[in-house]
Amino acid sequence: MHGLARKNRFLDQTIDARARLMVLVAAVLLLATYFLPLWNLTMFAPQYPEGLRLDIYSYTLVGGNHGQDIKEINVLNHYIGMRDLVNQEFTEFQWMPFVIGALGLLMLRTVVHATVAALVDVTMLFVYFGAFSLWSFGYKLYRYGHDLSPTAAVQVPPFMPPMFGGQQIANFEVYSYPRAASYAMAGTIVLLLGALGWAWWQARRAAPRDEVAGPAAS
Amino acid sequence: MESQRSHAWARVLILAVAAAAATQCTPSRPASRAGGAAVQSDLALAAQRTYVAPGDLDEYYMFSSGGHSGSVYVYGLPSMRHLVTIPVYTPYPATGYGFDDDSKKMLGELTWGDAHHPALSETKGDYDGRWLFINEMNGRIARIDLRDFKTKQILGPIPNLHGNHASSFVTPNTEYAMMATRFSRPVPNRPVGVDRYATEYKGIIAGIKIDPQSGEMSLAWQLLMPPFDYDLGDAGKNASDGWMFFTSYNTERATGKLEVTASQRDRDYIAAVDWRAVEKAVASGAGEMIDGVRVIDTKRVPGLVYLMPCGKSPHGVDVAPNGNWIVGSGKLQGVTTVFNFEKVQTAIRNKDFTGEEDGIPVLKYESIKDAEVPVGLGPLHTQFGTDDWAYTSLFVDSAIAKWKLGTWEVVDKAPMSYSIGHLAAAEGDTVSPDGNYLVGLNKLSHGRHLSVGPSQPESSQLLDITEEKMKLLYDAFTEPEPHYAQIIKADKVKPIEVYPKEENKHPLAVWDVNQTGVTRNGNRVTVKMVAVRSTLTPTDFEVNEGDIVTVAITNIEQTTDELHGFGLLDYNINVVIDPGETKTVTFTAKKSGVFAYYCTNFCSALHQEMQGYMVVK
Repeated sequence: MHGLARKNRFLDQTIDARARLMVLVAAVLLLATYFLPLWNLTMFAPQYPEGLRLDIYSYTLVGGNHGQDIKEINVLNHYIGMRDLVNQEFTEFQWMPFVIGALGLLMLRTVVHATVAALVDVTMLFVYFGAFSLWSFGYKLYRYGHDLSPTAAVQVPPFMPPMFGGQQIANFEVYSYPRAASYAMAGTIVLLLGALGWAWWQARRAAPRDEVAGPAAS
Repeated sequence: MESQRSHAWARVLILAVAAAAATQCTPSRPASRAGGAAVQSDLALAAQRTYVAPGDLDEYYMFSSGGHSGSVYVYGLPSMRHLVTIPVYTPYPATGYGFDDDSKKMLGELTWGDAHHPALSETKGDYDGRWLFINEMNGRIARIDLRDFKTKQILGPIPNLHGNHASSFVTPNTEYAMMATRFSRPVPNRPVGVDRYATEYKGIIAGIKIDPQSGEMSLAWQLLMPPFDYDLGDAGKNASDGWMFFTSYNTERATGKLEVTASQRDRDYIAAVDWRAVEKAVASGAGEMIDGVRVIDTKRVPGLVYLMPCGKSPHGVDVAPNGNWIVGSGKLQGVTTVFNFEKVQTAIRNKDFTGEEDGIPVLKYESIKDAEVPVGLGPLHTQFGTDDWAYTSLFVDSAIAKWKLGTWEVVDKAPMSYSIGHLAAAEGDTVSPDGNYLVGLNKLSHGRHLSVGPSQPESSQLLDITEEKMKLLYDAFTEPEPHYAQIIKADKVKPIEVYPKEENKHPLAVWDVNQTGVTRNGNRVTVKMVAVRSTLTPTDFEVNEGDIVTVAITNIEQTTDELHGFGLLDYNINVVIDPGETKTVTFTAKKSGVFAYYCTNFCSALHQEMQGYMVVK
């Protein structure tokens, strides 16, 4: 009984200025996802010493070399029967910026309505959103590597393109790494968890007196 | 015992050798080349200076005329590697030139041309890397755009002028290129017996106006000149900007066996043309229209042309970087003559004339000459380096002479293998030559290469001119036949690598396989085709025998080096389409049956599958 009450008391507490600042910075970091790429895929081959580059933003795909690289990747992929990488295939691009915006607004709300409960909610939502996005990205890659046309000129066994790191696929060295916007999102999560941790630590520091005072009173 | 006898024998042998050496005999090689030091290069230097490691880029482009092959050949310097061939006056299946509708129309009825003097466009007397002009004997001049290294325009054959040798020679701001007659004939052309050559035949100098934005050439004016053979030229620059100089031979006005009859006079002429004055005369309405061209008779309009006497049968005339010295090389002499432009102006002002030719004043030789430089036998052309160095090719001596402007001192000679014609120094005909490299464009190679039978390649030899002595670096064997070449610093040329899709305004271009197809209008059939790895779409089409078929192929690639071809078997058709380009080819479906078309320019792993059928019913 005491435990639950204590927890509720903790959730109802307001977070201090330092934690609020961390949440504010976490929200501001999200702006990066509107300007900077989340992920990058780069493919090198003997014929492509400069590499073919594909940047994934929260709302679009951008090929290197003024967009030419994405066309080239699609031309090459059609030989193994892979579907074209086109924006229409990614429903994420429709809702992802909106969801990030909504989560950012929730964070700003937490800065103003600064309860630990609100902070826990937005942190949980954002971590869930981040994890879902990663899974969704991985699943997309998996589908691209597995839904190969049965009539393709070159038959290759279905494969999982790299998500994090490098891999040799036929004559291509393929590298896949997160880019600035993903690091910004990771920063957001770190700051939210940090704010939560800070709030908990503050509460804990304050708690022993209460606890000592509590039993003495009963 | 044994050793004493062998000593005796050794003494006898030494005596015998000494006796043999003392006797006179014919050397195995000419004394001038004994030891071969002069013709062989310093191997370490040559290797270091010319070796361009795989993947590395050359320092200069050399645009070399291909003579009667009708093409321009592009080499990289200092490696002397052949980079690409630019077809101009002749079909070239490798790029489909002369097969598609546009280039076929540009070539007209002529399928050869004798290309001579490439001229890079200039701004303030320096190469600007925009265009390359090149003349041709059948009265034509062409423009190559250096944005894509393609021939964009062929002007001519223009009326009145016959045998366009003294061309292209652009003016310092590419206002004009020039053309001039080598084979005088009646103007307008009509059948007049050769016995009336001296009076009825005429030479023509033509000004070709160049649009400063587009480079489009148009025939601006012609000057009616005495019936000499106009040979070479160069535009005045700096001090002499506004003037144009042409050498002439056969000022004897002879016919028949010219090698004798045209070599009688000790001096022929360099014609100095005040082209700004010509422009003014044209603006004021001078001249008359002959065969649709404004022709100004130099006899009736004075002050446009003056003749500078130059011995003997001069070939090249080259204006030094400062513009004040004009070097004329009499090919049947042992000296090259340097004229002073200031003195030429003074002589014109003072009417310091010694005579006239058809009303054109002849300037007094002694009043306009600065020096006769004893360069050697058969001087032809002069190029310039840094620090007032000049380099003159010597055909008869088969060598290059290095000498100094101002002091007129000849300091070095480099033997050439063999019989050098033109020579080209790095930016060596501009207002600011680079020095560094010099290429001798030789007429004969005489087996300095693996034997390839009687039809031997020409040789182009690269020399280092950074030091006091010229040093031979490299022998390259170039496509016939380099006349002149120009060498431009690589960073001045900025070519594109694909044709951007946005720029393709071709009315028959399609960028999506769904827009391809066949349309018919009477007996005219248009096939809109897309080429992309690795399909030509449509993959088949049907026409009727006798139809006039236009196939418009768009290469929708935007990737560098992804060229596609369209070869149609049995119809003598091969078109090559660069990334982003649309080309059309029109033909009459004369033969019925089934004919395959396929990609001729290897493109991809499934290039062999890039094929289709035309069915002619």
